[in-house]
Amino acid sequence: MEIKNAMAGTLESGDILIQVEPGKGLQVDLQSSVSAQFGRQIKAVITDTLKGLGVENASIKATDKGALDCTIRARVTAAVVRATGKDVWKD
Amino acid sequence: MRNSKVVSLEEAIRKSGLKDGMTISFHHHFRGGDKVVNLVVDQLARMGYKNLHLAASSLSDVHSPLIEHIKNGVITKISTSGLRGELANEISHGLMKEPVIFRSHGGRGSAIASGELHIDVAFLGASSCDELGNASGCPRSENAKSICGSLGYALPDARYADHVVVLTDDLVAYPNVPKSISACDVESVVVVDSVGDSSKISSGAIRDSKNPRDILLAKQAAKVIINSGYFKDGFSIQTGTGGASLAAVKYIRESMIEKGIKASFALGGITAHMVKLHQEGLIGKLIDVQSFDKVAAESIASDQDHQEVSSVEYASAEHKGSAVHALDIVILSALEVDVNFNVNVLVGSDGIIRGAVGGHPDTAEDSALSIIVCPLLRGRIPCVVPKVTTLITPGKSVDVVVTEYGIAVNPARHEIAERLVEAGLKVVDINDLAAKAKSIIGEPDALPFGNKVVGIVVDRHGDVLDEIRNIED
Repeated sequence: MEIKNAMAGTLESGDILIQVEPGKGLQVDLQSSVSAQFGRQIKAVITDTLKGLGVENASIKATDKGALDCTIRARVTAAVVRATGKDVWKD
Repeated sequence: MRNSKVVSLEEAIRKSGLKDGMTISFHHHFRGGDKVVNLVVDQLARMGYKNLHLAASSLSDVHSPLIEHIKNGVITKISTSGLRGELANEISHGLMKEPVIFRSHGGRGSAIASGELHIDVAFLGASSCDELGNASGCPRSENAKSICGSLGYALPDARYADHVVVLTDDLVAYPNVPKSISACDVESVVVVDSVGDSSKISSGAIRDSKNPRDILLAKQAAKVIINSGYFKDGFSIQTGTGGASLAAVKYIRESMIEKGIKASFALGGITAHMVKLHQEGLIGKLIDVQSFDKVAAESIASDQDHQEVSSVEYASAEHKGSAVHALDIVILSALEVDVNFNVNVLVGSDGIIRGAVGGHPDTAEDSALSIIVCPLLRGRIPCVVPKVTTLITPGKSVDVVVTEYGIAVNPARHEIAERLVEAGLKVVDINDLAAKAKSIIGEPDALPFGNKVVGIVVDRHGDVLDEIRNIED
């Protein structure tokens, strides 16, 4: 699966900005306002969502402002759709 | 003028007899616009003072320059009601050797009055002052620059400190009456460029919310009040600083008009909302320890029924004449409430100090009905939790918790729960609220607290209530 640079989300409170770049393996660089309590969970949600979309090689930069899991999944999915050109909602 | 007390700040400090290791005090009526603390501590540092105890009624974002003075050993101990911004962040990470002592506003007043918190020199900013030291937070000339209204938190300092210096940016002709601080309590008067930026008083905690969730919470809180059994002609009320608790006043107003109910007084931090209700004849008197905005500050300057009180008269536990003992209803906000109704308003869910004790425990304990208004979640941060990060207001003082997912009533107040159910409100178990929050956000990991005590919460009776530990990154 070819990955181009893409992003989804915002830096608003309650949201998360996901930036996807080509990479080797899955790398998630997370900055979060709630990292002490939820960093582990947020990374797991991002990684699980990527794997669920079949993404095995990508570098992810995530800037989180306290997003809920549903928001994180939505933003990761949208970023991957933009990065791969493969519309998972339609296909 | 004969006997003028006007001197330079340096001279005032020399005259005061201040020595290393002593206690200096300040009020926080200019909130985020305060200029007195930084000005005075800079001067004390230049004069070579060390090891001072800074006892402020509260501190905020604007006081981050204190970080350097702490590092340089000028300030080695702090007592306050609140801490915010970079100073709070640094202290949470272990900046100070000695823990910060946190007291409520009523608790601070009592501690000063009893001598438990002895003030050697008080530096008190005033909007107007004459050459002998009669001082006020109200404007008294066309040159008035910085207006804060009530000086309630400064009054115990003025009365009980060994030495009092008033700083003002508007020196007016004697006699500056009506006065808040009496010339008889004042040793020196210092004229400065500015004691504070009044436009920043209603910054920090005070917001007039347009957030739809806050409005929903405010409407729910108003329904709780109206159906609580305490909404009767002659009732009294106080609101805290949160957006939802301030907005609740608007909805209570509608019901007061509809039912022909009038309040005898409103207490506490007085806001434009309260002034409006008073001017409409819906609230008889305003008892003001702190004017929260420009409208309140202007009202206290001109309205006989809008009266200043000291923090002792406002919320002391010891003095049975203090106003909280006559208070029916208080609406308060919270950073966290736990399943035992304990409330935290001081330490964020990241373990970093970011708030103020304020009058929260004072009013919650002594009012007939205390209502906490908070959302279930703020982003991913839960507000209803199994156990509060830091205990500020014990659950036995808290009667009702209003969230957007339902209203929880302290089991000790089942009669209130019955009235709310009868009125058709959604009353839920607080454990269910905590479980709901957890179902959305998951289980938070434990915070990385260290072993150093960076703060001690002293309750309004003078006993240690909780400790705050440093946070490690």
